[in-house]
Amino acid sequence: MRPYIWGWRPTEGVKPPILTEGGQSLRFGDRGGFEPPATQVGGAFEAPEGFVPNPMTDTPTTDTAAATEALPTPLLALHRELGGKLVDFAGYLLPVQYPAGIMAEHKQCRAAAALFDVSHMGQVELKGAAADAALERLVPGELQKLAVGRQRYTFFTNDAGGILDDLIVARLPDRLFVVVNAACKTADIAHLRAHLPDIELKPLTDRALIAVQGPKAVQAVARHAPAATDLTFLSIADMEVAGIPALVSRSGYSGEDGFEISLPAAEAEAVARKLLAEPEVEPAGLGARDSLRLEAGLCLYGHDLTPETTPVEAGLTWAIGKRRREEGGFPGADVVRRQLAEGPPRRRVGLKPEGRAPVREGAALTDSEGKTVGVVTSGGFGPTVGGPVAMGYVSAGLAETGTGLFAEVRGKQLPVTVAGLPFVQQRYAKSSATGGTR
Amino acid sequence: MSETRYTGDHEWVRVESDTATVGITNYAQEQLGDVVFVDLPEAGTNLEKGAEAATVESVKAASEVYAAVSGEVIEVNEALTDEPGLVNSAPEADGWFFKLKLSDPAELDELMDAAAYKDHCAGLD
Repeated sequence: MRPYIWGWRPTEGVKPPILTEGGQSLRFGDRGGFEPPATQVGGAFEAPEGFVPNPMTDTPTTDTAAATEALPTPLLALHRELGGKLVDFAGYLLPVQYPAGIMAEHKQCRAAAALFDVSHMGQVELKGAAADAALERLVPGELQKLAVGRQRYTFFTNDAGGILDDLIVARLPDRLFVVVNAACKTADIAHLRAHLPDIELKPLTDRALIAVQGPKAVQAVARHAPAATDLTFLSIADMEVAGIPALVSRSGYSGEDGFEISLPAAEAEAVARKLLAEPEVEPAGLGARDSLRLEAGLCLYGHDLTPETTPVEAGLTWAIGKRRREEGGFPGADVVRRQLAEGPPRRRVGLKPEGRAPVREGAALTDSEGKTVGVVTSGGFGPTVGGPVAMGYVSAGLAETGTGLFAEVRGKQLPVTVAGLPFVQQRYAKSSATGGTR
Repeated sequence: MSETRYTGDHEWVRVESDTATVGITNYAQEQLGDVVFVDLPEAGTNLEKGAEAATVESVKAASEVYAAVSGEVIEVNEALTDEPGLVNSAPEADGWFFKLKLSDPAELDELMDAAAYKDHCAGLD
């Protein structure tokens, strides 16, 4: 057996991801989810026979290792101490799992609470008069009406309406706070600087980001930050966590209630230890983060969202403000508005494979006549679902829930059914401060 | 009397007369994590040494299992269909994958014995 454990087997038909302007390849990070990384750090595994490294996403393991050495996050020592299996993920050394394993970590998050290190993600502050209106020139989200203490999901678009990255924008009393994907952050910052020269932009490279996710996250976090209970889903505020000044939002990437805590890198390990000492909380790695977000129907950038997919195709039209639809004024607005009016050629859908075999990214989707009608962009095993789950893009006419299709896996056509997303109901704390929507 | 041999790719082969039982080692299952599906060959398939014989799927990834020796598949472990976790809980016992009727028993000589395999794994850490 050759366990190319965190790899993927490349499949024809997967579009290459983005190039930066200089043609330099990017490794994809995420909103926290799992990226098949290039290197099994410290491991000795080989790729499957016939494996062709994807020059866009895979880093050679040897010859340029020095040039691409993964960076530590402020919690690296803690990950090692906890027995994390470390991988190079979007240029950072992060645990794909701890000794408990992906399945247990996933279930822990759904049942109680899990702590994730997401310090690899890009944290950026924007200041300046009308920073909101300026940022709107690059994204289709309604930012001018974003209230203080609230955050909103949006995406950078290109002139074809394709998605360059997805991000969260928060409004604080004196600034905007933006969180972008790890592997896109360099390009995103260059993009912001190039197009918004009048805005004061500050990458927060000296801060960690810790996510505590799960139905019991609120109890655990509240013991160290009582003000956290005042937050509702997508609210954000400066507050102390275990005595450390932090920026806390009620958000995440698991489909569960939870928090993301931005704090000084130097204090991150001490705070993480205090949170992990709570009886509700166990550490979880990138593997569980990916299976959690997939069950929750959340997109992973570089996989479910790319420069070739539009927000309309991706089913993210809810994130396009009404005024923005009418006025446009963001890159690719003409394409997006046309697709809103006429419908997109293809749509992102959930896919439920029959049987037990996982259907993974890159698998071609065909109709009953064998015609290729789409591709799987994320797929794996859903521990809460107890079976395989996937999402992908299909021709718009086949996007209706219940449509029967086939996914090609190892030369076999496995039946899959178009399914509604999410696979597992999201349980965000939308209304009451301490409760959830459960 | 039986003897277990190992490959550098973390498969084990247990030989009893001209029949070989094949599975993956404890080291392999530890590296893979939770196994959720095993795609087994069909009985009657003739496998050449080195050919893809099975696929083992963990939560996140699929890994190929190659035929450590040549032979005809005479039985597969149907228990793995409903309980793929046997690969984790008993990789070198109830979590076996398939049985082969050996076509070239001399190929066994190229495999490692338990001591050599242990050294091989130690060299990987």
